[in-house]
Amino acid sequence: MASSCLTKSKNFIIYNLKSKSSFTDRISAFTNSLFHHRLLHTISPLPVRKHAAYSRVNRTDDSQRFFELAYVQRRLHSTVSVSSDVTQLPVESPSLQILDFPGGKVKFTKKLSFTSNSTEERVHCYRVLDDNGQLFTDVDSLEISKELAIKMYTNMVTLEVMDTVFYESQRQGRISFYATTTGEEAINIASAAALNDNDFVFPQYREPGVLLWRGFTLQEFANQLFGNKHEYGKGRQMPIHYGSRKLNYFTVASTVATQIPHAVGAAYSLKMEKQDSCVITYFGDGGTSTADFHAAMNFAAVLEVPVIFFCRNNGWAISTPVNEQFRSDGVVVKGKAYGVPSIRIDGNDALAIYNAVYEARKMAIKEQTPVLIEALTYRAGHHTTSDDSTRYRSVEEIERWRGDQNPVKRFRAWIEGRGWWNGVAESEYRSSIRKQVAQVIQVAERVEKPPVADMFNDVYDVPPTNLNEQEAFVQKTVKKHRQDYPSDVPL
Amino acid sequence: MERDVRVCVMGEDVGHYGGSYKVTKGLAEKYGDLRVLDTPIAENSFTGMGIGAAMTGLRPIIEGMNMGFLLLAFNQISNNCGMLHYTSGGQFKIPVVIRGPGGVGRQLGAEHSQRLESYFQSIPGIQMVACSTPYNAKGLMKAAIRSDNPVILFEHVLLYNLKERIPDEEYVLNLEEAEMVRPGEHVTILTYSRMRYHVMQAAKTLVNKGYDPEVIDIRSLKPFDLYTIGNSIKKTHRVLIVEECMRTGGIGASLTAAITENFHDYLDAPIMCLSSQDVPTPYAGTLEEWTVVQPPQIVAAVEQLCR
Repeated sequence: MASSCLTKSKNFIIYNLKSKSSFTDRISAFTNSLFHHRLLHTISPLPVRKHAAYSRVNRTDDSQRFFELAYVQRRLHSTVSVSSDVTQLPVESPSLQILDFPGGKVKFTKKLSFTSNSTEERVHCYRVLDDNGQLFTDVDSLEISKELAIKMYTNMVTLEVMDTVFYESQRQGRISFYATTTGEEAINIASAAALNDNDFVFPQYREPGVLLWRGFTLQEFANQLFGNKHEYGKGRQMPIHYGSRKLNYFTVASTVATQIPHAVGAAYSLKMEKQDSCVITYFGDGGTSTADFHAAMNFAAVLEVPVIFFCRNNGWAISTPVNEQFRSDGVVVKGKAYGVPSIRIDGNDALAIYNAVYEARKMAIKEQTPVLIEALTYRAGHHTTSDDSTRYRSVEEIERWRGDQNPVKRFRAWIEGRGWWNGVAESEYRSSIRKQVAQVIQVAERVEKPPVADMFNDVYDVPPTNLNEQEAFVQKTVKKHRQDYPSDVPL
Repeated sequence: MERDVRVCVMGEDVGHYGGSYKVTKGLAEKYGDLRVLDTPIAENSFTGMGIGAAMTGLRPIIEGMNMGFLLLAFNQISNNCGMLHYTSGGQFKIPVVIRGPGGVGRQLGAEHSQRLESYFQSIPGIQMVACSTPYNAKGLMKAAIRSDNPVILFEHVLLYNLKERIPDEEYVLNLEEAEMVRPGEHVTILTYSRMRYHVMQAAKTLVNKGYDPEVIDIRSLKPFDLYTIGNSIKKTHRVLIVEECMRTGGIGASLTAAITENFHDYLDAPIMCLSSQDVPTPYAGTLEEWTVVQPPQIVAAVEQLCR
C-alpha cells in the first residue's frame, strides 16, 4: 500500500509537471484529494520559499519547479505511512514519526550524521581467572568438579606435548607436515568439555584437541599423520586433516571457512529432525573475511538454527595481523550486524571458555539461535611447519605469549590452587605422555600404507567403469616397473 | 519428498514463489517452508549448507536459480562436495542433488546462458546427468535423489514447457545410461538436452533424403555410457556429436577423446562435432540463434560424413 501511494503520488506529480497549470494549485488539489487523506495529517502545506539552497544558481522556471517537486517527493517519501496509528501522531512533533518500510518500523531523525567507524570503547572481554590463574571474586562462573578439572588439564598437557613431539618428528623428516595448536590449548579442550558427544563439530584445522577430548587416541592421531592403512581417511589427505564419524568430528578440509556453511546446514538438519543437540564450528580471524563466513552467519540468523560460531582470534592469519584483516572491533561486533547474539571471551582462560560454550550451547538449543563467540588468544606457534613466523613478528612477542599468558600455565595455577594437582603429578604426567607419543610414532611409522586400490575407492559409492579401467592401468604399470615405485605401498 | 522425510529443497525463491521456472511450485505449501527453503543470495554458502546437511543425514536438492549462478558455488562443489567422501575415507557421504535451468535460452544474455557441464565435468566425485524429456526428467531426478553420490542434474531453460504423457507411478531411470531415441544404420548422432530436438528435426529431413541416422541422447554426461555409444559406433562407423557447449573443453571435446581412444578402429571417418562457438552468448536474437547448432547444420554435417 505504501509503495502504491508513492507511485500514485509520483505519477500525479509527473503528470502535473507536464501540464502548464500553476504548481501550487495542483498541490492543493493533490493534498485535498480523498485518496490521499491520510497524508493530509502528516504533510503541512508546502511552504513557498523552501528551496533557498537552489536559488543561488540561475535557474529557469521549469527547473525551479523540478526542484520544488523533488522537494515534495522527498517529503512524501519520508512521511508516507499506512498504519492506522499514524493518523494519531501529532504533526507538531515530527521526531516521533515513524517510517514503515519493509523490514519494520524505524524512527526517523532530521540530523545528518554518520555512525562512527569505531566505538569509544571496545567490547569487553569475559574472563574469570586472572593472569596468575586465580579466580576473581563475584564472578559468573560454573562450579566444575575435580574430575572434570583434572581431565581438562591433563588433556591440555597431552595436546601441548603431542604438538611438540609431532612438530619435532616433522622436523626430523618422519612426517611431511604438521600444524601446532600452541597457545590455543584452552580453546581446544575447554570448548570440547562444554559440549556433548553428539554435538557436531566442524573444525578448521587447529582444533585436534576437540578430537582428543572425545577419545581419539594418540595412535589414531599418529596413523593419520603417517597416512598408514589404519587411518580413517585411508591415507588420502595431508597430515592434521583428521576426521571421525563416530566422534562427530567432520573431516578437515584445507579450504578456509568452507566448513562454516556446512555447520549451518548441519544445524538445519538438527532443527528439521528436532534433535537435542547443537553444532559448533571453529575458524580463525582470517576466516572471517571469507564470503562463506558472512553468508553463513546471516543465514543462520534468518533460519534460527542451533549453531555456535567459535572464532579463534589469535592475532595472525599466517603473516597477516588482525589490523590488516579487518578494521572493525574484532569479530564480536559482526554478530550484532547479522542479528546473532555474541560474546568476546579471554581465549587463554580455560574456565571462561568452558562457561561461555556451556551457556552458548544451552541458548542455541533452547532458543534455536546461532551464537557467536570470539575468543581472543595468540597463535604462539608458527602457522604450520611450512612457516617461520619470526620473519614477520618479533621473537620477544612470541616468547611473551608462551610465558605468562600461556593458557596451560594459568589453568595449572588454578587447579594447583584447589589442591587437585601438583608438581610431581605434572612431571610424571608429562613424561608419560612424551613416551606414549614417541611410542605411537614408532608404531605408526612401521604400519603399511593403504593399497593402491584405495586411491580409486570412495570417489563414488561404487567405482564406475572408467575408474576401474584407470586402476587396472595403474596396477599394470606399477607391476611392470616395480623398482620405480615406492616399495612400501601395497598393490 | 513424500517417500523420504530427509529429502529437502534449498535455493533462491523456491518456496512460495515456486522457483524461477516453477519447478518447485506447490511444494512449500505441502511440505512447509523449512523443508522447501528460501535461501539468501549466496550460492557458495547455501551449497555449503546443503553439503553440511547431507553429511549429517539429510538429502538436499540444491537449486541454482540459473545454472550459471552455480559458478559461485564452484569452490564448495569441487573442493568439498566432490571430495569429502574421499578425503574422509568414506566416513561421510554427500547425497546431494544440484540442479537448475541452464543452457542457451531466448535472449537471456550471456551471463544467463552458461553451459556449466563443460566447467564441472572434470570434478572427481560428482556425477552429471542431463534430462531432456518429461519422462526422463522424472526418472533421472528420482534416481539422482536416491543416489548416495552427489549428482548434478542439468535441466534446460527452454524445455520446461514440453508436455508428455508419463506414468503416474514411481519409476527410476539409470543415471549412467544413454537413451536410444531413434535406431538407425548410417550414422551415430550423439546429443543431449535441447540439442536432441534439433537433431530429431534434422533427422526428419535426413530420412526424406534417404539417410538412416541413429540418434542417441547420451543423458549421462559423467561418466559416459560408452557401452551404448560403442555398440552404436560398431554398427554405423560414423559419429556426429551435436552439443550446445562451446567448442573448447566442452562435453563434445571429452566425448570425442573418449570415442577416439576406445573405438578408433571402428571409425570410417573422423568424428565430427558440432558445438557453439567460443563466444559469450550474444543478446541479439538473430546472433543468439547462430551460436546454437541448428538443424540445417546437422543435416549438412551428416551428408558430409556419409559421403
